[in-house]
Amino acid sequence: MNIYLPIAEVAVNAFVVLGLGGMVGVLSGMFGVGGGFLLTPLLFFIGIPPSVAVATGANQIVASSVSGVLAHLRRRTVDIKMGAVLQGGGLVGATLGVAIFNYLKSLGQVDLFVTLCYVIFLGIVGALMFIESLNALRKSRRGGAPVRKHHRGWVHSLPFKVRFRTSGLYISIIPPVAVGVFVGILTAVMGVGGGFIMVPAMIYLLGMPTKVVVGTSLFQIILVTAATTMMHAITNQTVDIVLAFLLLVGGVVGAQFGTRIGTLLKAEQLRILLALLVLLVCGKLALDLLLQPSEIYSLSTIRKAAQ
Amino acid sequence: MRRPTLSSRLRTLLASLCCSLWIASPAAAEQVVLGLSHDRVAITATFDGSEILIFGAVKRESPIPTEAPLEVVVTVSGPKAPVMVRRKERDFGIWVNKDSVAVDSAPSFYAVATTGPFDEVLSDTEDLRHKISIGRAIRSVGARIEGAQDFTEALMRIREARGFYSLQEQTVALDEQTLFRTAMRMPADLIEGEYLTRIFLTRGGEVVSQYETVIEVNKVGLERFLFTLSRDHPPLYGLLALFIAVVSGWGAAALFQMLRDR
Repeated sequence: MNIYLPIAEVAVNAFVVLGLGGMVGVLSGMFGVGGGFLLTPLLFFIGIPPSVAVATGANQIVASSVSGVLAHLRRRTVDIKMGAVLQGGGLVGATLGVAIFNYLKSLGQVDLFVTLCYVIFLGIVGALMFIESLNALRKSRRGGAPVRKHHRGWVHSLPFKVRFRTSGLYISIIPPVAVGVFVGILTAVMGVGGGFIMVPAMIYLLGMPTKVVVGTSLFQIILVTAATTMMHAITNQTVDIVLAFLLLVGGVVGAQFGTRIGTLLKAEQLRILLALLVLLVCGKLALDLLLQPSEIYSLSTIRKAAQ
Repeated sequence: MRRPTLSSRLRTLLASLCCSLWIASPAAAEQVVLGLSHDRVAITATFDGSEILIFGAVKRESPIPTEAPLEVVVTVSGPKAPVMVRRKERDFGIWVNKDSVAVDSAPSFYAVATTGPFDEVLSDTEDLRHKISIGRAIRSVGARIEGAQDFTEALMRIREARGFYSLQEQTVALDEQTLFRTAMRMPADLIEGEYLTRIFLTRGGEVVSQYETVIEVNKVGLERFLFTLSRDHPPLYGLLALFIAVVSGWGAAALFQMLRDR
């Protein structure tokens, strides 16, 4: 069944879009990532104009994150205090990121920069997570009780200590704010929620327990993507409600299943799967840059100046 | 079988539209009287492309000229918009967008239908004058893109592959050098606007008569409402998008909770 999208001005198969939304929803619920890094390229692939795909993707992630975070709230695995601190940093970062984005746009190489960003960050994060969780899995297989290494390094010697009860942490407020700012910049530049950076940062940098990380990440993503949606709706008018609705119907259902699957798996297994997924997307994007494309020309309609 | 019904249909059409439709210069010996199966296309939520039947008759005061057979060319052109064409090149081992050319104005949709092979139906001079072939229809407006032949060809190649540009030779049926008809397939990815429809009558490659009309393509219903809202009240539209997202997210969570509790 084909559906005509009023803003994108293309017709798409409704079931394909529902399926895409569902797939991304499952990931969102399982790993606490918004899935934007996966959804946006997939939307390009089915013929949605990039500007509409980025804006509408953000809107869809709001829905699946709300759906996912409610399930986590009930299980008390959301550190609201930590989420608020991260969001504060995130908003500062997003403002900085928009400035960087506009500067690159004036240079005319923003597409390349965004793709390179994806390849570099997905590559680093994926590889680190894969190695670490493989080691952890091997250790737990050997039967010995998992040794929890507490970060007693520089993170704990910083001032302004705050207690984060849900995470069981008593750390300086500086690292979470810094993580928030950094992810905020990436959000604006790469057009994603930033969960795939946020999740490992919370685990490895802040030392938060994996159980709390997913819910907190979703909580943080809601506000960032909501702000992004509004920004795109007002400045570019590229949010397609019909497309978003189809995606989120699939997405919210998927997120519920994802949350369920997530509780069935061990934390290490969960991390290995996310690492593999991240590396897969990274590999695909890297290949696109390295191999000769079948069509070296591309078209983009220049939008008539808004009234 | 079909001819009597079509011609009777045309006779009623002739009677009702006689003077109002044909606007060719009075000097022309042969003139077009046109009918469309519908002169507006409504884009609804489930819009899946449309087929427009374009049919008509040739009106003449004198007997049918005998020197060369009559041929018919029909073109339908969508709204024009500037297009940026970019070319990738290998740089430091990776493929990046390097050169780009802005085609000032290219139709979003362009279809040509003819009674015979294009080269035989229309001479090159006439094509140049009336800008009928796909290449001419684009280049005519992209005056500033000299030295950018490859880019224009890429534009045509990509749009042809996606079904937006097409040359359909021998798809116009012509009976008794008088009645003609063709079916134009419009793709599902239509852009709103006025689709200029032109009909040319040719003899020996020369255009002997020409006729123009417009097919309106509009979004209707929900599509119209959402599009207008997004343009006129962007903050409201953004809030609506967020509201739908939050409510459906919450709704799904509540629904699953209910299913689990049972």
